[in-house]
Amino acid sequence: MPDESLSFIFLNACIINNFVLSMFLGICPFLGVSGKFETASRMGLAVIFVMLVSSSCAYGINHLLVQYDLEFLRLICYIAVIASSVQLVEMFIKKFSPALFRALGIFLPLITTNCAILGLALFQTAKEYSFLQCLVYAVGAGCGFTLALVIMSGLREKLELADVPSVVRGAALTLLLAGILSMAFMGFAGLGGS
Amino acid sequence: MSTAENVQAPVPQVSSFKMIYTLGGVAMVSGFLLVLVFQATEGRIAANKKAAIERAVFQVVPGAEQRRSFQIVDGDVALLPEGEAATGTVFYGGYDASGALLGVALPASSQGYADIVKVLYGYDPNTETVIGMTVLESKETPGLGDKIAKDPRFQENFAALDVKLNEVGDGLANAVVTVKNGAKEHPWEIDGIAGATISSKTVGRAMNASASELLPIIRKNLDVLKAEQ
Amino acid sequence: MAAKSKVPDSFDVFIKGLWKENPVFVMLLGMCPVLAVSNSVMNAIAMGLATTFVLVCSSTLVSLLRSFIPKQVRIATYIVIIATFVTIVDYAIQAISLDLYKALGAFISLIVVNCIILGRAEAFASKNTVSKSVLDAVGMGLGFAFALLCLGVVREVLGSGSLLGFQVLPDRFQPWAIMILPPGGFIVLGSWLLLFAWFAEHKQRKNAEGEAARA
Repeated sequence: MPDESLSFIFLNACIINNFVLSMFLGICPFLGVSGKFETASRMGLAVIFVMLVSSSCAYGINHLLVQYDLEFLRLICYIAVIASSVQLVEMFIKKFSPALFRALGIFLPLITTNCAILGLALFQTAKEYSFLQCLVYAVGAGCGFTLALVIMSGLREKLELADVPSVVRGAALTLLLAGILSMAFMGFAGLGGS
Repeated sequence: MSTAENVQAPVPQVSSFKMIYTLGGVAMVSGFLLVLVFQATEGRIAANKKAAIERAVFQVVPGAEQRRSFQIVDGDVALLPEGEAATGTVFYGGYDASGALLGVALPASSQGYADIVKVLYGYDPNTETVIGMTVLESKETPGLGDKIAKDPRFQENFAALDVKLNEVGDGLANAVVTVKNGAKEHPWEIDGIAGATISSKTVGRAMNASASELLPIIRKNLDVLKAEQ
Repeated sequence: MAAKSKVPDSFDVFIKGLWKENPVFVMLLGMCPVLAVSNSVMNAIAMGLATTFVLVCSSTLVSLLRSFIPKQVRIATYIVIIATFVTIVDYAIQAISLDLYKALGAFISLIVVNCIILGRAEAFASKNTVSKSVLDAVGMGLGFAFALLCLGVVREVLGSGSLLGFQVLPDRFQPWAIMILPPGGFIVLGSWLLLFAWFAEHKQRKNAEGEAARA
């Protein structure tokens, strides 16, 4: 169990090693959903939810698997856990906030194939975090994902009004922008160290 | 696949039993396949891991030809037999062909510029110095921070780094510290790499933390390490 | 197995994955591994092979079982099948080379959420014969590997001055370290897409001019 402080884990997941811009996780929704601020922020919120739930379930499952020496089943169990947590979160939101459910729409089921969620589960297992550290890591990762999405949506909304050459419109523009954003985020490296 | 079975597909009413047994059947076959592959590759993977450890140990304990694994549990050193899972900090003893202890390879890690940096360093109990260092895992900036693994002048720091214990024997007499490139005056200082200060400091920090914690225990249990096998 | 299918049809199924419906450049799927693992050609090739293997095996199995899997549990079944093959590849790579395994990192396990594989299982393998599904899978896998190589070559040559570990640029060349780092991945992929879009537009303009000239 590493002795990283909780605030460091949060900062690390959120900005120092941002899941989208440094670890290349969750690129598909990043490209698809970052067009408008509304959709970006809602997707981000849904992802934070799902990450929290999957992270805790993954921690529990891993504990069981290690106890019974069944580590080769880890991947299948994790993906099953993630798919179930997405279902759970969907049902939960549908019951307690139908408005939010309608606003999220198709994005919720799409989260199942979001590599960021599985990536989160795999990384926290590799780092051997304790339960509390896992939760903080999940919230940090979700916030980082939301941050990247929201920044990109702001940029893209502004660019809608600009005269962008036709060859670069669409995914190419988003990727080049992401490259510049990623370079900017590299400036956070070394934060939290001594 | 015969077309007769395909005709069944448009029928909307599917029994729960069919769903369960299809999913269950697929799951069972997949589980069976996985167990097969796992057992087939287990030996090879263990051999690969063993070879990787030995390569690292023989690099940081020059002249070593044999390696034994130990673990620290409750402040005491115990031999860790091959293939057993460790419960404490694992380290390795490097022995020459006749079985004499040449040095001990210890792990150290600390947060670097990008992610955690893990190193393995060799310790000679006779001279009480570090005799070698190799970077096991690092995600430092290529061309800059990753020089800690390749730069020959940085490596020279670890040929005879002083890690003598203090009088009481519960910590280092002089903390291992990374200094600016060219400012090294004492044998317990590490000359940092110009342009890669943070990564160099990481190595110093990691080694200091590891040595302060592990070396007292190692010195107390030297007889366990030197014991005949 | 392919004896009965018409040659042009099967060839079409195979070739579309390479260019016209290239999963990365055209359908914009499976970007995460393409960006993450393309900082060296060796990693790119390994990832391409691993993904193609999983794609072919899972498409084959899905196609074989397509009449038995009830509609309601099909996604869950596909995922179990895909996850099984990914785990197999994971252990196989560990057994072959621990260094390669460390270089590819978590992205081997992340093949399971590669939208290409689930996408092809759902869109093609579940509705076509085994032989066609295999061709489709191989085509898509090679298209994916091609995209990985496009990025891998550019990033490794510019970022380390080497290709597959062999120095190809003179010592005087100061490598562009940014190419190996995350921003490099984004910028190179964006540039490739830009290039392809430019070619497409160029071709369109020439066709339009040709038609206008003929009119």
